[in-house]
Amino acid sequence: MKIHEYQAKEILARYEIPVTKEILCYTTAEVETAAEQLGYPAVVKAQVLTGGRGKAGGVKLVRNAEQATAAAGQILGMNIKEYTVEKVLVAEGVSFVSEIYVGLTIDRNTKSAVFMASKEGGVEIEEVAKDNPEAILKFAVDPDLGMAPFFARKIAFALFEDVRLVNQAVDLFTKLYKVFIETDASLVEINPLVITSDGKLLALDGKMTFDDNALFRQPEILALNEPSEDEKKEIDAKDKGLSYIRLDGSIGCMVNGAGLAMATMDMIKLYGGEPANFLDIGGSSNPQKVIDAMNLIISDKNVKVVMINIFGGITRCDDVAKGLIAALEQIKITIPIVIRLSGTNSKEGLEILKSANLPIVETMSEAAEKAIALSVDFLR
Amino acid sequence: MSILINKNTKLLVQGITGRDGGFHTQKMIDYGTNIVGGVSPGKGGQSVHGVPVFNTVADAIKATGANTSVIFVPAPYAADAALEASEAGIELVIIISEGVPTLDMVRITPYLKKKGTKLVGANCPGLISPGEAMVGILPGGIFMKGNIGLMSRSGTLTYEMVYQLTHSGLGQSTCVGIGGDPVAGLYYEELLQMFEEDPETDAIVLIGEIGGDAEERAAQYIKKHITKPVVGFIGGLTAPPGKRMGHAGAIISSGTGTGAEKIAAFEAVGVPVAKQPSEIPELLKKLLKI
Repeated sequence: MKIHEYQAKEILARYEIPVTKEILCYTTAEVETAAEQLGYPAVVKAQVLTGGRGKAGGVKLVRNAEQATAAAGQILGMNIKEYTVEKVLVAEGVSFVSEIYVGLTIDRNTKSAVFMASKEGGVEIEEVAKDNPEAILKFAVDPDLGMAPFFARKIAFALFEDVRLVNQAVDLFTKLYKVFIETDASLVEINPLVITSDGKLLALDGKMTFDDNALFRQPEILALNEPSEDEKKEIDAKDKGLSYIRLDGSIGCMVNGAGLAMATMDMIKLYGGEPANFLDIGGSSNPQKVIDAMNLIISDKNVKVVMINIFGGITRCDDVAKGLIAALEQIKITIPIVIRLSGTNSKEGLEILKSANLPIVETMSEAAEKAIALSVDFLR
Repeated sequence: MSILINKNTKLLVQGITGRDGGFHTQKMIDYGTNIVGGVSPGKGGQSVHGVPVFNTVADAIKATGANTSVIFVPAPYAADAALEASEAGIELVIIISEGVPTLDMVRITPYLKKKGTKLVGANCPGLISPGEAMVGILPGGIFMKGNIGLMSRSGTLTYEMVYQLTHSGLGQSTCVGIGGDPVAGLYYEELLQMFEEDPETDAIVLIGEIGGDAEERAAQYIKKHITKPVVGFIGGLTAPPGKRMGHAGAIISSGTGTGAEKIAAFEAVGVPVAKQPSEIPELLKKLLKI
């Protein structure tokens, strides 16, 4: 789960990590008042749940009321990667001597949290990782020790020579690790963390994402969730036991299991088609799920054909077949369907479908080829 | 032979009185797995499908000599259940539960390592040594005893592959579902080594997925340590960046962990990668010269 910069910095501030003074605003008038209050120069920053806002023109430095009004007018309502900017953060302008990157995330290889730091802060860290990977220092944190004082010192001395900065950094890194663990974060990042002109460490930006699996024990974090329209559809699907992600193609997919669902999308692409969605109906055999899944797929008007790929393990093919028949009785479906059933009780499932006169194929590749052919025919 | 589980496996089911635990206990018994006991705190003394239930793992080991445990308890309690099994002396723990918090897995990893407990999962379908034992939720009927070792991050995709293998007359020594979570137990490198050392495994199938760099690392490991033929498959080549496709691990972020990079890494060390599941048997037969 993602949260906004202002929310991340509120959490960091709660752990006494120094962050810029700032005010959240929803209107141009609020921006003017906020900038006036904080003093010029100030920075107006779009608050959207996606990256790349700087490049999109969603961050502006303003030196007077006129510029503040203009920036607010430009940024509020702006579209950044399909997200509309509804709020902006007005932050105090800070003069600083250098920019650093610090972050914590989970490392699959060491199976622990890893602290990342770079003297090349202020730019997109992904670009640093690509162009100059040695510039990013990585420190795997032993889960039993946590951010022990010696360990925080080790990181701090790798970044700073001035012992006054080292002391501030040790304190800050300890708190950052505490935030990471206590909120079940999957990422916490300060970029840039600056050294101000008067020698203080200060977080100019903040980013946090959280482990969805742990939200059950993080009610305060969960309360910050602001799903987008597409995400709402995904959440609604999740409540019904379905895992759904909308894509741009014309071939609707219904598959059991995430891995097979991904392989099905790959197969469609391999044969020259475009999948309209990722949809995993999960492992149970509830016919209602098939009905819900079918409704979800055809709610996307780009879908020209539905391809069903079921490999029965725990899922029983005869249950899926029954669900399909029920779905087709309940919903009026005007587009063609291609079905591939294999595995547990596939014989029984195929019998049921045969009697309903539904098109069945034997393998995944046949299903993909047929679905693509049908989608083209349908367009004609 | 086989790896991790066989006829001598004495299995406990933690969470045996739950709906899933009970259902799959019956399936595992039907397959011929030697289930010696179940654990469900407060329900000691009962029995499920004829299997005696104990309050603690320690009690269960004392009474039955169990050496392996499979965990079906709800995700918030799964990590604790694994610690209990490890502390009591279980050698191999398999967590089937889906949705275990990542930091729980991070926290238990050092302890299990210290105790020498092997872990498979979480969020996995389990493992099977065909004709000997099945631990987890795998559909036993599609597997066939043979000499192909298989490891996979995905459940149903594994079934698809195994179905293709079995239909082509290629049986399996052991198939391991390693799970789709970012922090999991046994992974490619450990399993590759086990298959390398298993006299009954002649070739290995590695089913990977987009996200992370585990496949790239596995490729390097194969180059250095594995002499048996390996065939690969990568799921999710067409998944859009930044989207979580069911598996938390399967997220491409910022140019790393893409399918193309993984395929290139395998091909660079002489591991052929199948474009679709149905190509796997042919690739294997070519390498095994059959």
